Amino acid sequence: MTLSKVWVHAEVTPNGDVAPITLEILAKAREIADEVEVFFGGDGDAIAETVGAHGATKVLATGDLDGKLQGVHVAAALAAAIEGGDAPDAILAGTTYDGRDIAARLSVKLDKPVLTNNTDVEVDGDDIVVSTQIFGGTQIVKTKFAAGGPAIALFRPKSFAAEETGDGEADVEEIDVPDTGRAGEAKLLNRHVEETTGPKLDDAAVVVAGGRGLGEAEKYEMIEQLAKLTKGAPGASRAIVDAGWVPYSYQIGQTGKVVKPTVYIAAGISGATQHMVGMKGSKNIIAINKDPEAPILGIADLGIVGDVHKVLPKLIEALEAR
Amino acid sequence: MNVVVCVKQIPDPADPGALNPDHTLKRDGKLILDESDSYGVEMALQLVDKAGSGEVTLVSMAPNGEVAGLRTALAMGAAKAVLVSDDALAGAGALDTAKVLAAAIKTVEGADLVLAATESSDGYTGTVPEQIAAVLDLPSITFAKSVEIEDGTVKVQRQTEAGYDECEAPLPALVSVTAGVVEPRYPSFKGIMAAKSKPVENLTVADLGIDAGIVGWAGAGQEIVDVAPAPAREAGEVIEDDGDAHLKIVEFLDGLKVL
Repeated sequence: MTLSKVWVHAEVTPNGDVAPITLEILAKAREIADEVEVFFGGDGDAIAETVGAHGATKVLATGDLDGKLQGVHVAAALAAAIEGGDAPDAILAGTTYDGRDIAARLSVKLDKPVLTNNTDVEVDGDDIVVSTQIFGGTQIVKTKFAAGGPAIALFRPKSFAAEETGDGEADVEEIDVPDTGRAGEAKLLNRHVEETTGPKLDDAAVVVAGGRGLGEAEKYEMIEQLAKLTKGAPGASRAIVDAGWVPYSYQIGQTGKVVKPTVYIAAGISGATQHMVGMKGSKNIIAINKDPEAPILGIADLGIVGDVHKVLPKLIEALEAR
Repeated sequence: MNVVVCVKQIPDPADPGALNPDHTLKRDGKLILDESDSYGVEMALQLVDKAGSGEVTLVSMAPNGEVAGLRTALAMGAAKAVLVSDDALAGAGALDTAKVLAAAIKTVEGADLVLAATESSDGYTGTVPEQIAAVLDLPSITFAKSVEIEDGTVKVQRQTEAGYDECEAPLPALVSVTAGVVEPRYPSFKGIMAAKSKPVENLTVADLGIDAGIVGWAGAGQEIVDVAPAPAREAGEVIEDDGDAHLKIVEFLDGLKVL
């Protein structure tokens, strides 16, 4: 059984490309619904070709929001479209900053529940059932929406693989953003994009991550060096982000990024369940920790029980010599 | 400047989590202040301090009349708390939680700003603060990595995938804060003693004028249909470093052709 129609939230990266998570969710949406449309808080023409090539037949676009924040305004536009008779069976988005805000506002406007952090969705008879992982990814919980449509479901990055369909450009339909009153008065004044050299955590084939076992902020330099030498991206556990050693954008885990590189090297990370959620999908895991009971050694393909202060400098030296 | 902070009291994350037979999270042990909320409480205390007057009120929804986590936040310096505790709330989802917290916030007079963490450390849904803003019809800015108040406006650096956005909203408004937005203080001994007698108002769902049928299992609009173990990832080779472990790593990386 498939649904007749689902809407997928489209997001773009700072350079205007459709975000990977949008394309991933589009692929899944096509599996569970006859018709897939995309909604976008921006200029629909800019994304029509890409989302069309991934199976969306239409872009419902608000047009440039001109400094208005996505959450309130996109939700208001969708709610108006739904009230006008155009209701999908499900509304899907990434568990991203704007995805969560739009889903939250919409959930209240439509008085429907929202479920986030899902890693899968299936249609079982008339029911839409989402899967999420709890307790550090050790248990999978399946929940069905029981309040009638539309079901509002958000997904974690890298839950699905994007797939092109070879279809042409999607149609663009402009949707009205109704007056949102006081609630719509927050505004965006300026975007700051952090310059990063090297591959991004999301795409890097190699991720080198450091944790509290490094001892002090200065020692994180070894992680940066190793990342450069392996042409990878540096990452961090929440503990050292909270301690201020590295910015939040380095964080991997439940409340950080989800990465699935070819190789994940964890140095001085014990493997708290919330961290493992962000990296246990890595194809190969190397872990260095002086505690033989560290949970991360339980999932590492190559686990080294050793002192990072001894192993890392030698590893860096060996790689530099090549 | 009066600030309301939504705080959650959760099972200690150091203890292994467990589910009840009805698949809800077990919450019958001692519940502590969610670490994510220490940032909101600290931010509120600093903003009130800078303003020169006003107070911080806590709002929390918890089972069994739990106040342990609230006492921690009161010990940090919050003035009072409103706790909603009601058996009808068992099984609550994000939307009904937001409705309950919004109603509780409405009982606090003169609130200029509502703060919350971006998500709880046991639920991770990440939508409740924005849902509260929607119910209260407030402008909101989420995922704040810095918060300042200037002339009746809250100015926020909002975390994004690629960096941050400079945003602002007129007060009253709601802001959700990320971990690390400020350095939370440790409650002093004096604070802990004072917290014991700070007022905690206990409210039920009925006190808030909310129909029990729209909250908890009755109103969450979702049903857990299955809980099963996830496929486990197993360990490969684990060795002890004898001085040459780094060579093993190089060999491993060579084998994968990533170097």
